[in-house]
Formats: sequence, structure tokens, C-alpha cells
Amino acid sequence: MDSQKLSFLQDKAAQIRKITIEMIGRLGSGHVGGSLSIVDVLTDIYYNVGNMSAAHPDDPNRDRVVVSKGHAGPALYAVLADKGYFPIDNIKTLNQGGTSLPSHCDMNKTVGVDMTAGSLGQGLSCAVGMALAAKMDKKSYRTYCIIGDGESQEGQIWEALMYAGNMGLDNLTIFIDYNRMQIDGYTDEINSLEPLPDKYKAFNLNTLRVDGHDIAAIDDAIAKAKAATGKCTVIILDTIKGHGVPWAEDKGVGSHSFAISESQWREFCGKEKD
Amino acid sequence: MNDIKEMRAVYCESLIELARDNKDIVVIEADLMNCIKTGDFKKNYPDRFFNVGIAEANMAGIAAGMSACGKIPFISSFGPFATRRCYDQLFISIAYSKLNVKVIGTDPGICAEVNGGTHMPFEDMGIMRCIPDIVCVEPTDAAQLKSLMPQIAAHKGLVYVRLYRKCSPKVYEEGDKFDLFKAKEISQGNDVTIIASGIMVDRALQAAKLLAEQGINAGVTNIHTWKPIDKDAVIAAIKRSGAIVVAENHNRYNGLTSAVSEVACEHCPAPVLSVSVNDKFGEVGKMPYLSDVYNLNVSDIVERAKQAIALKK
Ligand SMILES: Cc1ncc(C[n+]2csc(CCOP(=O)(O)OP(=O)(O)O)c2C)c(N)n1
Ligand SMILES: [Mg+2]
Repeated sequence: MDSQKLSFLQDKAAQIRKITIEMIGRLGSGHVGGSLSIVDVLTDIYYNVGNMSAAHPDDPNRDRVVVSKGHAGPALYAVLADKGYFPIDNIKTLNQGGTSLPSHCDMNKTVGVDMTAGSLGQGLSCAVGMALAAKMDKKSYRTYCIIGDGESQEGQIWEALMYAGNMGLDNLTIFIDYNRMQIDGYTDEINSLEPLPDKYKAFNLNTLRVDGHDIAAIDDAIAKAKAATGKCTVIILDTIKGHGVPWAEDKGVGSHSFAISESQWREFCGKEKD
Repeated sequence: MNDIKEMRAVYCESLIELARDNKDIVVIEADLMNCIKTGDFKKNYPDRFFNVGIAEANMAGIAAGMSACGKIPFISSFGPFATRRCYDQLFISIAYSKLNVKVIGTDPGICAEVNGGTHMPFEDMGIMRCIPDIVCVEPTDAAQLKSLMPQIAAHKGLVYVRLYRKCSPKVYEEGDKFDLFKAKEISQGNDVTIIASGIMVDRALQAAKLLAEQGINAGVTNIHTWKPIDKDAVIAAIKRSGAIVVAENHNRYNGLTSAVSEVACEHCPAPVLSVSVNDKFGEVGKMPYLSDVYNLNVSDIVERAKQAIALKK
């Protein structure tokens, strides 16, 4: 990736983090940590590798994105708002009665959201279905799916991985947001996924691993995934819950969902007043 | 007015107390320990506490296995995940196998608030009620929960507890006694009886007050255990008032309205109207907004009561 593009994407990611924080901040609380940890991968998908546009959100040939860890909706909404899928002012309505931006991703409420999620463990199977449909229809769109590490304790995730691996779904790229935290603590202490790369390999998956906040490395891994004909790829994103917002990162496990004060978000977003 | 104490605090304290004498009681969580706040149970009985991670079906199966070996597992998650997400495990591994597990589903109906449609169970009691032999109970407030907890623990079999985690509207006094299998007749009325559960009990009482101001004598009965339903209480309410309004924070299909109607149809047919969710999915919002959206307000109960009276022969 050339340096100009990289710095554009890095700036974008920083901006997406600000919109995410403003959105949750205006509401007062929400799923901060797990939203921030996927901003970089979302940025590369939506502003670089992905083939989708706000002008044609229902284009049957568009790339699909499934945020299976549906509680990270705010990060996706920040991207979609910035890209013009809906007015940026909508971010002020997160979780308010009647909103088009509910806490968990909803394909019928938000323009640009490809799959409903929120009950953890279900989205990856849906992404497998999308990838299979593309093969049936001989379409070239790709499907990207982001799953959580805590979410990966659900058995259905492994059912989906097994099938994706066995079917050699090379049009599906799976990202695991390996922030090593869930609600009740560290994933390794509650129910560890390790040895994770070995598990994926044993499921016949092309297994890659990168720093989930290094956009150039993410981009590189996606290119490798595209090149891996006949293999479904899973990319382990080593991430930090709350990344990019020091007071969120500092909360560790507590960054999952917490209250943000008005002065906090305004300072972070550089918005003294409306 | 709301209780000062959160329901989850009462739940955890009761469990700690019950587990002192009953060494078979175990708690299994699926990454929502911090939401139901059973951390103190873990502290007191680290060997009788398990957190299996985000894996509700596995949690239910593990509970079944422990029960087959004599333990009494209490398992919990948000309502949809404690029921829908592991329904076949609850059905086959626990109920059909005649094992002994207590399932706690939190954040009933509109109490799920900003967690929205994926987390808002309007059907949990409905689907659970279809499991043979199950006991389905929705404790009304802290005092009632406290009184019911020992009975829930002592009952052999599958029990589903629909639990509001936070401070619920206060209806009863600390120390009040309840029978798990008997409805609580709070007041008697000759014109109509409002049968209510959960957060709707307080609203039913407010509605009865408003109706009284209009010269209408409405009684209020709290059916906390939807299954097995206290048939005598339903029949008595119909015999006294001749008309029923059921108020539930649940889909009207398969919920308390259905359960009450089943009794009425068979034993003493009478108008049974419903203040409930009219076959809708959940959505995000705060309780007042959601009460408006789903027509679960005091004014809805008042209106329904008048309609029910008008339908009397
Ligand atoms: C089936 C199901 N069980 C429980 C929950 C409640 N819940 C929401 S987020 C979460 C933790 C998610 O952890 P992880 O997948 O690691 O997400 P992240 O750390 O990226 O936020 C839980 C338990 C849920 N949404 N769905
Ligand atoms: Mg995580």
C-alpha cells in the first residue's frame, strides 16, 4: 500500500473513531470497546478493498459485510454515515425510540447493513450462505464477516467454520476480532480459544494473522485471502478493546459497555459545542 | 414507586443463603455474570460456580449433566438467550429427561430497553409454557422474589424464572409470603378483574385506582406463576366480576392472556381482553417509549377494562 493511501485510511479510521464516540457519547453509554476494536478493518473494507457504494446500497453485486458481533453496530454506523448511506445527523439518534440505528445491527432498519445480528454466534452462518449464493449465481461479489472472540465460544461459529472450510469458500473472508476480552473477563480465563490458529487450520481454513490496528497489514492479508483460490480464509486480527481512545482502552474488560460523559466525548471529538 | 433493591441482588443473596444449606446448588453463567451479578455467589462458593462463556446451549447441556448427577443448577442469560437460544437442550436434555434445572431469563419484554429487538423477549413464557411439566414464574418485585426463591429451589424439575434485573415497581412489603403455585389476589372487584404479572401489576393497580374514581370496581389479581396456572383464582375472578383484563409484558399469543383464556373457556366462559404486545417484535427505546409503542400503559388497561365490562352479558 502506498504511503499516501495508508495515511488517508489512517485518517479515516481516526475520524470513524470520533464519529463512533460522538454517537455513543450523545446517548450516554454503549458498546464502546468492541466497536473501536473493529474500526481499522472496517476502514480497509469500506474505503479501500470493498466494492459497495452508498449510491446503490441494494446492488445485488455489491460486496457483503456481516458484523456478526452485532453489538459493534456503532462502528459500522459511523462508516455508513461517513460514506453517505444516510445523513450524518442520524448518529444523534442511536438507540432512541424510533431510530434507524439500534444498538445491534439490523438489515431492515439501517441502509447499508447487510445482515441482522445481536444474538451472538449467528452471523457467520449467514455469511456462509451469502458466499454460497454468490457461487450459485456465478457472481463475483465477496463476503466479509467479522466475528468476536467471545462470540466464538458459541458452537454455531464452529459449525459455520467447518462448512466454510470444507466448501472451500474462497469468496468469504472471516475476521476474528481477537481482543481477548468479553463481558465477564478475559477470554483466555473464561473459555480460551487457544490454540486458535491450529484450530482454524484443522478446519481446512487458510489462516492468517495480523495486527488488527495496522491497516497496511490488514490490507495485505485481504489481498492474500483473495488470492487463495479454493480456500476460505480466516484472518486473526490481534486487537485491543477500546483501541484509539485512551480512556476506553484503560478500562480493559470494562470497556465493553460504559458511560461516557459529555465533556469526555466532546474533548475527544474536538467538538466544543454543536 | 420502585423498590430500593434490585431484583438481581435479591436473586444472588437468596441463592447464597440457599446454597449454605443445600450443597447441591450450583450456578452456571454464560458471560453475563456481570449483568445478573452472581459474582458474590462465585466469591462464596468458587467450587460451585462455572462460567462457560458465550455458549447458552452448552450451558443448558452442562446443567442437565450436573442434574443427572444430583446437582441443582441455576443457569441464566438474557431472556431470549436463556430460552430460544437453547430451547432444544432445555426441552430434551432437561425437561424430557426429567431433570432438575432452574433457568433465569432476564430483561423480560420491554425491560430489555436499548438492547432492542434481538434482546427483547415477548415470547419466552410462551415457548417455555409449551414444555410439559415446566413451572414458569415471573416474580413481581423484590419481596415476592425473596419469598419465592426457596420454593423455586425446592421444586424438582425445570423451572423458568422470568426476571427483571433492576429495581422493579414496588408492589409488596418485605416479609410478605407467597405460594409458588397460588395467585395473589391483591384486591377484589365486582365489575372487572385485572389479572397481571411482572411490571404490569403496578400498572394494573394504578388502573384500578383510576377506574374506582370513575365508579368502576376493578379487582387486581397477580398471577406470577403462569404455569401451572392457578385455575381457582381465575375462576374466582370470573365468578366475582364476570369480565377479565389480562395485563402482560409479553406477546398476547401463548402468554398469560392465552393461559387465562384457556381456563375461562373450559370452566366459565367470560370476556377476556388483553393488554399485551400485539404480535410484534421488540425494538430499541426506553420503557416509557416502548410502553407507548406496544400499548402497555395504565390508560390502555383502563380502556380495556371498560370494554370488557361492556361485553358482559
Ligand atoms: C447469544 C448471545 N449471548 C449473550 C449475548 C450478550 N453479549 C453481548 S456482547 C457479549 C460479549 C461479546 O464478546 P466478544 O464476542 O468478544 O465481543 P467484543 O469483545 O468484540 O466486544 C455478550 C455476552 C448476546 N448478545 N448474544
Ligand atoms: Mg472480545
